Amino acid sequence: MVEVTNLCKKFNSFEAVRGVSFSIQKGEIFGFLGPNGAGKTTTINMMTGLTLPSSGNIKIAGFDGIREIKKVQGNIGIVPDESNLYDELSGRDNLMFCASLYGMEKAKREVRTQMLLKQFGLDQTGKKLFKHFSKGMKRKLTIAAGIIHEPKILFLDEPTTGIDVESARQIRQLIQDLNAQGCTIFLTTHYIEEAERLCDRIGFIVDGQMVALGNLDELMGEVQKEHQMIFTFEQGTHSLEKSMSQSFPELSVYRINEHSIRISSDEKISLMPIMKFLEQEKVLPREARIMKPSLEDVFIKITGIGLDKMKKEKEGKKK
Amino acid sequence: MKKAIAFWGILMKDMKTYYLKPPNISWGIIFPVSWTLMFFLRSSIEVDIRGILPGVMALSILFGTTSMLAVTITFERRSRSFERLLLAPISLKLLMLAKTSGAIFFGLVNAFIPVLFASFFISLQGIQWLPLFFAVLLIAVTSTFLGLFIAVAVNEVFEAQTFSNFFRFPMMFLCGLFIPVQALPLFLQPVSFVLPLTYGVDILKNAINGDGFMSFGISLPILLGFGLVLFFLSTRNIQKKWIY
Ligand SMILES: Nc1ncnc2c1ncn2[C@@H]1O[C@H](COP(=O)(O)OP(=O)(O)OP(=O)(O)O)[C@@H](O)[C@H]1O
Ligand SMILES: [Mg+2]
Repeated sequence: MVEVTNLCKKFNSFEAVRGVSFSIQKGEIFGFLGPNGAGKTTTINMMTGLTLPSSGNIKIAGFDGIREIKKVQGNIGIVPDESNLYDELSGRDNLMFCASLYGMEKAKREVRTQMLLKQFGLDQTGKKLFKHFSKGMKRKLTIAAGIIHEPKILFLDEPTTGIDVESARQIRQLIQDLNAQGCTIFLTTHYIEEAERLCDRIGFIVDGQMVALGNLDELMGEVQKEHQMIFTFEQGTHSLEKSMSQSFPELSVYRINEHSIRISSDEKISLMPIMKFLEQEKVLPREARIMKPSLEDVFIKITGIGLDKMKKEKEGKKK
Repeated sequence: MKKAIAFWGILMKDMKTYYLKPPNISWGIIFPVSWTLMFFLRSSIEVDIRGILPGVMALSILFGTTSMLAVTITFERRSRSFERLLLAPISLKLLMLAKTSGAIFFGLVNAFIPVLFASFFISLQGIQWLPLFFAVLLIAVTSTFLGLFIAVAVNEVFEAQTFSNFFRFPMMFLCGLFIPVQALPLFLQPVSFVLPLTYGVDILKNAINGDGFMSFGISLPILLGFGLVLFFLSTRNIQKKWIY
């Protein structure tokens, strides 16, 4: 359905995307996961015809993504990272207008608009002007506008960023429903759990490069053999990770936050020596938990980027 | 057919959200009235309405069209809703025609409001309506595309307004409306001839009062040429600047 090979984008001398390749099968939900500035939006823009690639090839729905971009655009739907519908139009008129851009006949436009407003729980607000919508409602209407013409492939750029938990949950449900109806989906996100929950296959992108690609099992393969524990302490533990790594060279120790650390090992972790060590150090754990490895660990392992860092950056940006 | 639906959809949306808004409608009426009034006060004697009609018409079109593009293009570009249009499966040229046809139509209507007013006071006999209509159409097209060119060249709405005054005011004084081109200082005359409005005004003068100095055969094609060149430059700039 989608075939991207060696895609590159340079802005002057800055390389935003550096040789990204991947393919998406029909009916798949493909997730593009990466921190701020990784090149997710730039990749989407190149695939949808808003930005010209510096080099590389794109093939979407059987058409060449550069020479036949207008044909590609007839087959895809796009939900940008900002809700960019028309402030001065009502929800209904916005959808009607977007449908007309794809050449839908009036009668069909009306049926489809009515249906989507209902499906997205916006039928009560359909008459309001877009500028009076709440953030979550705007997002939903923007998604509705992206699928009004029943595209074969839908591109979603960070669909759940910056909205409340309940709306985000509804949106994830909508994405799953759409996919169940046969729509192929490409989505970017910086929420690892979201990618894990929604996507059939995931690509990690960091600094414009694809650092890992595969389905959940394949990605988890890298850490599945790993054993993990998390210790939570009453007091701060700033130097603990260092002294601990020294005493237990076979363990890798990672600080999650002020009060907790994670230790992992390829061998089974025996608790007694660690407890003894902690007693010597006079830091008693409040809680010790055995963890099953998650996609988060894969991400950290591959990229070296802490999750907290990724979130912090994101929140900083939204302010 | 699909393209026609998209074209019509864009045009109607712009009509609804911009052109048919009360401020724009009143602008279309206030502008010609105040110009007529200004000329009236200036001459203090019996005003020659028919003599000033070409000028009022030309300026109504020029100001009416160029100021609209700052909103329909630059503003939408800033709010990023313009991206929707670039992502639609229609060619850039068709898209830009759809985005400008509203302004062209608005210009046409603006031009005939002074004619309507004038018809209450004077006889409009002897006007060559066909050339007049073509002149108005071509002035509207060229001014709209000039506005488009400016709207694409800038990033902010206020820049578009400032930048278009940079074109509009010299054009007003050098196009032969207030002072005939032949009466301008010799070094300014070449400038007049690179301004599209000079040709438009001349056709209007010919059609209304028979006092232009070029024949339709020359001025109409030149005006058309200006319009085409501006349009192609603008679409090329969009391609280069906005699909980078
Ligand atoms: N038009 C541009 N000119 C110059 N640099 C750009 C341009 N657009 C993006 N970049 C740069 O390219 C890099 C990738 O940006 P991009 O928007 O694709 O990241 P992203 O993964 O979508 O990040 P985010 O999570 O913040 O949306 C960034 O460093 C950004 O500054
Ligand atoms: Mg982005």
